[in-house]
Amino acid sequence: MTRYLARRVAFALFLVTAVSSASLMLARLAPGDFVTESLGVLGTRQAIEQQRARYGLDKSIGVQYRDWLTAAARLDLGYSMQYGRPVRDLISERAANTAILAVAALALATLIGLPLGVISGSRRGGALPGAVRAASVILLSMPPLLTSLFLVFVSARTGWLPIAGMRSPAVPAGGALIDLLRHLVVPAAAIALPLAAMLERLQSQAMSEAIGEPFVLAALSRGVPWSRIVWRGALKAALRPTAAVYGLVIGTLLSGSFAVEVVTAWPGLGSLMLQALRSRDIYLVAGCAGAGALFLACGTLVSDVALAAIDPRASDARSDRA
Amino acid sequence: MTRGLGAALIAIALLAAATAPLAAPHAMDAHFPGLLNAPPTVVHIAGGDRAWHAPFIYRWRVVSQLEQRYEEDRSTRVPLAWFSAGHLVRSADEDAAPLLLLGADNYGRDVFTRLLFGARTSLALAVTAALGAMVIGVSLGGIAGLTGGALDELLMGAADFVMVLPAIYVALALRSALPLVLTAGQVFALLAAIFAVVGAPIIARGVRAIVRSERRLDYAAAAQALGANDRRLLVRHLLPAARGFVAVQLTLLVPAFIIAEATLSYVGLGFPDPVASWGTMLHDASSSVRVFADFPWLLSPAAAMFLVVLGVNLTLQNSRSAASIVGRADLQVWRGVKSRL
Repeated sequence: MTRYLARRVAFALFLVTAVSSASLMLARLAPGDFVTESLGVLGTRQAIEQQRARYGLDKSIGVQYRDWLTAAARLDLGYSMQYGRPVRDLISERAANTAILAVAALALATLIGLPLGVISGSRRGGALPGAVRAASVILLSMPPLLTSLFLVFVSARTGWLPIAGMRSPAVPAGGALIDLLRHLVVPAAAIALPLAAMLERLQSQAMSEAIGEPFVLAALSRGVPWSRIVWRGALKAALRPTAAVYGLVIGTLLSGSFAVEVVTAWPGLGSLMLQALRSRDIYLVAGCAGAGALFLACGTLVSDVALAAIDPRASDARSDRA
Repeated sequence: MTRGLGAALIAIALLAAATAPLAAPHAMDAHFPGLLNAPPTVVHIAGGDRAWHAPFIYRWRVVSQLEQRYEEDRSTRVPLAWFSAGHLVRSADEDAAPLLLLGADNYGRDVFTRLLFGARTSLALAVTAALGAMVIGVSLGGIAGLTGGALDELLMGAADFVMVLPAIYVALALRSALPLVLTAGQVFALLAAIFAVVGAPIIARGVRAIVRSERRLDYAAAAQALGANDRRLLVRHLLPAARGFVAVQLTLLVPAFIIAEATLSYVGLGFPDPVASWGTMLHDASSSVRVFADFPWLLSPAAAMFLVVLGVNLTLQNSRSAASIVGRADLQVWRGVKSRL
């Protein structure tokens, strides 16, 4: 198990380094740099040279990469040219916002998707499973981009919820937390609803397979009540396939939160990376990409540990391999 | 039933894309300067005189230029002209009262027309990219599965690496590393290439797994014994076994790429003006704060995308076998990825 963990941590480090290095290179090799993008046609040759020297853009790409890498090893990620602040501060601020959004969305999706999947998977006929299935197919066809546009549309029409940003300019009655939660509803639901539909479909399929197993029949014949069989025995057996998917979901969450952050102006990592890429703010690009990779590595690790907790066989099989 | 509905939705989208120049009332970049953000024209058959008429429309009269509010000018009925000037249907008086079935955008262009032309761009891009992903994925997966060894390790390692990353970020980074301003043709080729690369690993992984397991079967040994070389063995015998998997993945990639195009265009990295795609239309719509409250017809590309994705999902939904193939293959692929992490 220790070896397995060490391997995973080593891979996480490799992932973060590779992703941030690659995006630094990509952004550096891209045509134009921060100075030309920000000065535009106003830049005289002299002004451009001066600014380039200031940001270290006059150095060769190899030297620049080496300097960045040695600094990054000491967790100094450089300065954002656009914001004039250390990249590390910017990233940790924005990454926290994305984390709030992602965790809220994941919790919401699980709370909606899993119970509905158990219900629709454990009953053969009836109106409720049919309605749940129909709702799932519709929501599966609404990726976060479309769901967020739809929810923003509904909120704008009804005026029930704020449609953009994370906080109101002035703290309204009820305090900052309530204000944040109200802003969170639309973006979190936009990511969570399609995810909930996916979890519902998976859970439903796993559930109907689990109910066909002999242990269900045995429990029934012993007189165990049906609801107990469904919510204890069969659910436990059916959680495994769904839990295995949670590792994949982290990537979906990050991709989904990008679209949602842009549509609802949520100040997260995705919108920061977009700005950084567009203005060729190369250190910020590398920082954002690295933070995203870190998210991904941590997410897969957590989901694997959770999977092992639900199903001991998973961790046995894996420690054999590692 | 639901499968038929799904197929119908896809057929409508394909038909709309194929016949756009004929079915659309206007040219793609035709604009009506006096009708910025005008609401959809309603086709009437009953007039104010309580009599029935052939379908006709009313002219929009500007109520407030500043607020862009309009009302129907009920004084004159404008009949519809069928099959005129190379268009299926348009208004008889194009200049004063154009037919705007889904309203006009903030340049005064017909949203319905652009929706049809946008279907061409979006669907063509998604299908091209999916086919590209198939070609890359099948050849790399086939080679990796057949040869094994170090090449297999290398190819699958690269595939896993791309697959672990969130696809939209990879596309975003690759797209923005290239010049931000490109012609429509360049953007099309570029996005198709990026999406193909991002989509290929899933196909490559699955094809490799199928080729590897099929290779151990007797018929493969028989073919080899009969003197089939590696290429013939792969192309004629092993790859056909992966046909079902590839077909399902291909169907799933198309809607994913439609959304990916929309996302990149929405953030301003897609097709340049005046080319219409569903994503650029949403991008234009998002530039106005009032779109959600006052000009909801500008969001019709989102509805179109929803219907196409729904069509694909419904078509796959009822074929339980297809759905479970997808589920299994994906899970297998994913286990393969994780065992390497």
